Amino acid sequence: MLKKITITGGLDKDGHPERVQRLDIGAGEVVGVVGPTGSGKTQLISDIEQYADGETLTGRSILIDGQTLQQSVEVRNLRHLVAQVSQNMNFVIDMTIEEFLIMHTQVRSIGSPRQIIREVLSMCNELSGEPVSLTDNLTRLSGGQSRALMVADVAMISQAPIVLIDEIENAGIDRLQALEILKGKGKVVLLVSHDPTLILMARQRVVMKNGGMDKLYQTTATEQKILADLLRVEKYLSRLRDHLRNGNTIDPKDGKEEWCYGQNTGTLSVKHQ
Amino acid sequence: MRFVIVAGTPSSGKTSVMLHTIRHLLKDGRSVAACKIDCLRTSDDARYRRLNIPVAVGLSDYICPDHFYVANLEEIERWAQARQADILVLETAGLCHRCAPAVYGCLSVCVIDNLIGMETPQKVGPMLSTADIVVVTKGDIVSQAEREVFRYKVETVNPRARILDFNGLTGQGSIRLKNEILKSRPLETITGKELKYPMPAAVCSYCAGETIVGRTYQMGNVKKVDFGGLEQC
Repeated sequence: MLKKITITGGLDKDGHPERVQRLDIGAGEVVGVVGPTGSGKTQLISDIEQYADGETLTGRSILIDGQTLQQSVEVRNLRHLVAQVSQNMNFVIDMTIEEFLIMHTQVRSIGSPRQIIREVLSMCNELSGEPVSLTDNLTRLSGGQSRALMVADVAMISQAPIVLIDEIENAGIDRLQALEILKGKGKVVLLVSHDPTLILMARQRVVMKNGGMDKLYQTTATEQKILADLLRVEKYLSRLRDHLRNGNTIDPKDGKEEWCYGQNTGTLSVKHQ
Repeated sequence: MRFVIVAGTPSSGKTSVMLHTIRHLLKDGRSVAACKIDCLRTSDDARYRRLNIPVAVGLSDYICPDHFYVANLEEIERWAQARQADILVLETAGLCHRCAPAVYGCLSVCVIDNLIGMETPQKVGPMLSTADIVVVTKGDIVSQAEREVFRYKVETVNPRARILDFNGLTGQGSIRLKNEILKSRPLETITGKELKYPMPAAVCSYCAGETIVGRTYQMGNVKKVDFGGLEQC
């Protein structure tokens, strides 16, 4: 199992050494990657995926447990170093969830797939809130269900030690839970995002500028407080969504819950009576 | 001169893959010439020309583009040598799954994409199974799980090939393909080299311009559907 990856020695678009000259990410850690469009986020990810060894545009080297591609036989034999989950991805194969998961476990030479497939399914349903069953067809899944299944599959079946999560802003899945699951499986997680909740979920984040890694921040105590607020807002929104979607109105007289806006804190909350 | 043959299924991104890769080769100071074989018309040559390299186009017209391709290999080689190319990139028409353009001594690259279906690697046949390098594109729009299963299917058909994931839009993967090209051994001459697999054969009346349907109009190398021995008339 991979212990850490290191990104080192890169240049920005003008050929100057980038300000963050070394970034270590350990197994089970999440690093956010932020910056405007064109700042170099995609190139950074591309360097990692290609296992760059000083030859890409940025001149960066990627080390896995301190070794380059040339030195590490183990990693060279890995078919996939980086697993990706992004908003643009869809299942295109016309098969049931069960048939497909069996196929994927066979590819990974997993002997008794039944147990793992059950775990993937329950993880998926925990993440998406709209349950799916093994006999559902992959191409019929909603966006949220697809993303949830992708995360569960990456966590349980895929061998790739590094996971890249690219802009799953509002994919209708429990993102905090998804990150916890991936961390728990010892994956190195990189999170490219413009969404404040997701950005703050990463304990550290790297800021991209002009093609280079410009700054490296740890989340501050205040940011963590704000994150807690944001998560409350998300919970509120998701309950509100379910409430309305299930055909209910919002009138304190009909229901047990009172939906209100917290005037003092400036946040939204749900009060239980 | 290194002789690189690029085949692949329709719309898999052959030209995009090669454009990104040639850019890196040029950056390394290599001189590259590109030739595109197609059937009736092509606009791929315009895309190659934007790199300011020598570009040739061969249109096979009424002839099978693969037969046309193999019949012109020497001429294409001579054309590229006259332009002092270190590397010749020859892109086939890529219209037919039965296409089998690989030649011993050349580097054969097969480009296929993640969207063509899980069973397609088995269907593609010699174009895939005789390739030295298999480039798999469009991985950015399918799930990780499908990428892994698809790769496995490719490995089943061609266990010897190096398999590269490639994003034809961003060029991710192009440095690895460049390195594979530079690692390949230069070819002295294509003359006398051997196809790794025979081309699909067709010498019949329709090859010669016949247009009427019916047994009495068919001559030469004609093959009939086998319905299991009962229904043949």
